[in-house]
Amino acid sequence: MTLADAKVGMTVRIESVEESPMKTRLMAMGLIPNTKAEILQSAPLGDPIAIRLRAYNLALRKDDAKLIQVSL
Amino acid sequence: MAALSVTLTGQPNCGKSSIFNHLTGLRQKVGNFAGVTVERKDATIEYKGRSISIVDLPGAYSLSARSQEEQVVTDYFKENKPDIVVDIIDASNMARNLFLTLQLLEMGVPLIINLNMMDEAEKRGIKIDEMKLEKIFGMPVTNTVGRDNASVRTLLDVFTNTRMSNYKPSELLQAHIDKVNELCRSGLSAEKVEEEIITARYDFIDKVMADAVKVDAANKTLGDTLDKYLANGISSLVILVAMFYLLFQIAFNWIGQPLADMLGEFFEETVAVAATEAMAAAGVADWMQSLVSDGIIVGVGSVLSFVPLIFTLFFCLSFLDGTGYMARVAFVMDPIMRRAGLSGKGIMPLIMGFGCGVPAIMGARTLDSHKDRMISILITPFLTCNAKVPIIALFAAMFFPGNAANIVFAMYFVGLAVAIIMAKVLGLTTFKGHESSFLLELPPYRMPDMKSVLLETWDKGKGYLVKAGTIIFAMSVAIWFLSSFNSDGMTEDMSDSYLAGIGSATSVIFAPQGFDTWEAGAAVVTGVMAKEAVVSTLGILYGAEDISTEAEDAAETSEVMLATDMGTAFTPLAALAFIVFTQLYSPCVTALGTIKKETGSWKWMAFAFVYTCAVAWFASLIVYQGGKLLGFE
Repeated sequence: MTLADAKVGMTVRIESVEESPMKTRLMAMGLIPNTKAEILQSAPLGDPIAIRLRAYNLALRKDDAKLIQVSL
Repeated sequence: MAALSVTLTGQPNCGKSSIFNHLTGLRQKVGNFAGVTVERKDATIEYKGRSISIVDLPGAYSLSARSQEEQVVTDYFKENKPDIVVDIIDASNMARNLFLTLQLLEMGVPLIINLNMMDEAEKRGIKIDEMKLEKIFGMPVTNTVGRDNASVRTLLDVFTNTRMSNYKPSELLQAHIDKVNELCRSGLSAEKVEEEIITARYDFIDKVMADAVKVDAANKTLGDTLDKYLANGISSLVILVAMFYLLFQIAFNWIGQPLADMLGEFFEETVAVAATEAMAAAGVADWMQSLVSDGIIVGVGSVLSFVPLIFTLFFCLSFLDGTGYMARVAFVMDPIMRRAGLSGKGIMPLIMGFGCGVPAIMGARTLDSHKDRMISILITPFLTCNAKVPIIALFAAMFFPGNAANIVFAMYFVGLAVAIIMAKVLGLTTFKGHESSFLLELPPYRMPDMKSVLLETWDKGKGYLVKAGTIIFAMSVAIWFLSSFNSDGMTEDMSDSYLAGIGSATSVIFAPQGFDTWEAGAAVVTGVMAKEAVVSTLGILYGAEDISTEAEDAAETSEVMLATDMGTAFTPLAALAFIVFTQLYSPCVTALGTIKKETGSWKWMAFAFVYTCAVAWFASLIVYQGGKLLGFE
């Protein structure tokens, strides 16, 4: 599944990031394989979502979250 | 001895600015990096007989040139070799902060690694072994609590006592750097290389974290609880609206605008009158009297009267930004703003535009990308600021009695709609390709460092006075000259001035809009000075002196004006076209001066003038000709 499918409260492990112009940006922010991320909440309109990884909180759009394959 | 050059760098939200502020105070100079809307802060201080020049670079997550900030930082280190570079790290967020550290070290920039916000890290149960850290990197490590003056000033001794040439990367770090260099030469595709390097950096960071950092059970923080309300569910929207309301009230109704009005009145009624009397008593020539009281004093007054507004608003905005709440605003508003091609954070300056465009344009600075900043600056002038309301109110009361409130409301809507449409258009044309993406850190909630809030407020006010003020002042005097002179010299009668000439020349282009009288043309011209001037100019030109320019007096004013020729000069449809035009056309000179200051370019100022006029011309054309087709008059 992708990060966009994960539900609030879940902690997931990042498997891979899909090839895209965003890939290295996402990676530079710490979204690299084997990193754990907790889904904190989504904005009132369902998008963007907030996650915690590497001890900080990051907000990203669902479109970008779809690029990230995760496992439980 | 030459000044010791020190450069501060770090990721966003690492507390770098408050360190810089505590080190330098009021000695700092704030400017822009050449050609971009990125701030550059410099200061020179004296310490123990040594002068130290400090540069504060913008926060950057990495050196990959994905944003103007990153580009600026990367170029800076390519072109400059400061004696000391301090990499400031949020101790409670080390893993990601060290990413930039590694990148700088790979570039061969020796660093002092400064762990900032140590108090916060300790509270969160994070323990950092500084000795180990020094060993791992081979670079000196220090620590500070950013908001604590004494703790920050210990850095000064570190600056004067450290020789960076004594430090070499550790073997571990050198191995990492070698690996990176090898990857660069590996012949893989550029993207692949970058991915591999990023992974290598985080591998290194994971090692550092395992070796030198201990985290005791990460408990839920207060911030997580707050986010359940401030960035989640319906409550976040309610709080957001309440915040806007509060900010708007403080700036425009409670503190900022009332102070501004008092100051404006003081200049108009006390200073100008006193100066006129004094000059009359001293027998100064008429033109000189007029220059001083109608030109210079009015000009200075119009510059100064914006100052309380700017100070109040920026105090509030800096404070909110310092708390971390602005990031939540961006988070909550993103899906809505994205449709207009903007990002969530852009809502804040835009809302201010409904009060006054000047602080709204300055507020665009807080946005994250060049594209967002430029679009925000360029669409703000379409919004219905306080100064445009009197025009709408007067015309609505005169030509649409009974429907006045609807007309006022409709004009707010027109302004907003045009702003959104133009945001889209600019995003797809002029700023095409500059993708505004959204990867936003939600920093922990913090009590803002008041010294930084006050300094930032002061900078904004000063920047406005010095940079925008001079332009505004010059334009004010030019308008005075045009309205008080004709080819024979000075004239008492504005309808006989250069301005009237320009007005009647200008009015020609409004024939298709049905308001091609020279009075309307002249009002449009003076309106560029200040939108309130549209009403007062019409008052003067139609022979009704001393009419009120306040929106709440519109009913009364409209009775006076209806008795003049103005009552028959406009058909209702032409009046509507005129309101639409004045609603959308050129920003006032104060706003134009501010655009010049913020974009750093005359070109963008000229562009703002020309394109808003063009949009206004076409919009009013559509209203008039469309209305005629539909059988209105």
